[in-house]
Amino acid sequence: MKLRPLLFGLALVAVLALPFLTDLALGRSWVRLLDFALLYAMLALGLNIVVGYAGLLDLGYVAFYAVGAYLYAMLASPHIGMHLPLWVLLPGGALLAAAFGALLGAPTLGLRGDYLAIVTMGFGEIIRIFLRNLNVTNGPAGIDLIDPIQLGNFSFSATHRLFGLVIPGIYNYYFLFLGLTVLIVLMSRRLEGSRIGRAWAAIREDEIAARAMGLNTKNLKLLAFAMGATFGGISGVLFAGFQGFVSPESFTMNESVMILCMVVLGGMGHLNGVLLGAILLAILPEAFRPLAQLQQQTFGEVYLDPASLRMLLFAVALIAVMILRPEGLWPSPVRKRELHASEEDNASTPDADPAPGGAA
Amino acid sequence: MSALLRATGVGKRFGGLSALGEVSFSIPQGAIYGLIGPNGAGKTTFFNLLTGIYTPDEGGFEFDGAPLPGAPHAVCARGIARTFQNIRLFASMTALENVMVGRHVRTRAGLFSAIFRPGSERAEERAIRARALELLDFVGIAHRAQEVSRHLSYGDQRRLEVARALATEPRLLALDEPAAGMNSTETAALGVLLQKIRAKGVTILLIEHDVKLVMGLCDRVAVLEYGRLIAEGPPEQVQHDPRVIEAYLGAEAGA
Repeated sequence: MKLRPLLFGLALVAVLALPFLTDLALGRSWVRLLDFALLYAMLALGLNIVVGYAGLLDLGYVAFYAVGAYLYAMLASPHIGMHLPLWVLLPGGALLAAAFGALLGAPTLGLRGDYLAIVTMGFGEIIRIFLRNLNVTNGPAGIDLIDPIQLGNFSFSATHRLFGLVIPGIYNYYFLFLGLTVLIVLMSRRLEGSRIGRAWAAIREDEIAARAMGLNTKNLKLLAFAMGATFGGISGVLFAGFQGFVSPESFTMNESVMILCMVVLGGMGHLNGVLLGAILLAILPEAFRPLAQLQQQTFGEVYLDPASLRMLLFAVALIAVMILRPEGLWPSPVRKRELHASEEDNASTPDADPAPGGAA
Repeated sequence: MSALLRATGVGKRFGGLSALGEVSFSIPQGAIYGLIGPNGAGKTTFFNLLTGIYTPDEGGFEFDGAPLPGAPHAVCARGIARTFQNIRLFASMTALENVMVGRHVRTRAGLFSAIFRPGSERAEERAIRARALELLDFVGIAHRAQEVSRHLSYGDQRRLEVARALATEPRLLALDEPAAGMNSTETAALGVLLQKIRAKGVTILLIEHDVKLVMGLCDRVAVLEYGRLIAEGPPEQVQHDPRVIEAYLGAEAGA
């Protein structure tokens, strides 16, 4: 099996060369898109803990992204005149988001499915509306002039030179986000195969049975909410430093839905799938942009507003994937088997009773 | 023999309907104890009360000399594990993983040891896996360890549920109709397995429809009808109780 390290090496080179090649082939705005794709990847990986591992449908996940982003925006900008460094604010954002995760999770513990989705959606909106209406967050105008991310004397937004290579800021961010994404993937993978990960999976599969087997489902769910929120908070902190500007409009419910789509489209509970979903959905809307020009060339006139056309095609693509591959683009082997199994041996598998021991 | 579990005046209402009332009996340490009764007599309701899924409206349980806690996971931690009438496995997890989940309540590794994987965590994981394999072997399905549990045969799924329950190291194992849907060979094999479990010092509470299995296996039997306890005692005595015969065969046969 000498193939594996070789493939790994090739993949590493490809991933490191990606911003350079993208810049050459498509231009700098596409490198920026890659940076955003990685931020979304972190968000999707965080939501995957809650939705994919523990099976809790969360439609307000963007709230944790907002918490991280606003923490950095407020404490590293002229807004209140504090300029705390990243090494304080990154763990700080993670912890604060985790606290919010547990706080928002606590009242939802008894809820499942649709009801949970509605309540979490409400929480997401509450956070956004607070950000919009509080003075301390500067209301709808948001916060600008946020410090770029800096570690020691290394400013990520500045252009650096390394072995004769010119590395602009936008590349630096790519490498930073890439490193953190890899870290989050590793953490997710370890969690998945651990005692806690198994307990989450058990809750997802059958909560009643999980409780009867001695799992403290309340604590485990809170842990899932907090852990998922942590990654959202980290992504938020990075977003604020990268973008230099935050406003409540970046944290609408659309974003929550988009992140959920990444998880579901890619393959819930499967890390490779979630990464693929995040990157595809972050890039697809841009990739559809040239279609507006194509429309003009073909028909000589713009019938459909390019932005709407883009989103329309995007939606069609989503629907197509979900009809043709309900298990996601790159599902985990277990889930794939499960979906096939449910087609074959539905009859021979005893159905679980949804009500706790309704029959006497 | 001292009582391991004592139910005192246990009652439960659903709306205006009294599903269970004034049920009192004791299960001796080390016994195989049968709980029988016609459909709808309240057997599963009793199980759900015992394991904390429902809260009793009246009365309560004493386990090993102290009252039982209310939450299911705490009941399990105290040493009561159960199986379900309509099999509730973690369907898309493997047989081995199902049993490993059962070890949760007796192990410790938390979030941080999951992420940083210190030696203690790796040792614990190895122990969990080894114990789970041992239990799969004990119930006779070690060769299916890596199989996704929903793909197991019906009988094997029932065995897997028993293995998963045993993984929590119960002192009382509560089985809700373990022989349902089994043929006579499988039922006989189940009887052997239950004897093996009892020999390990685990007390068994058994809900069962198969009267032959209950009468052949149990040391004592309690009979429920319409949520009331109508008879309790050794099987041969209960078998000849006129109220039990009436409950099972109808009033005319009893008259």
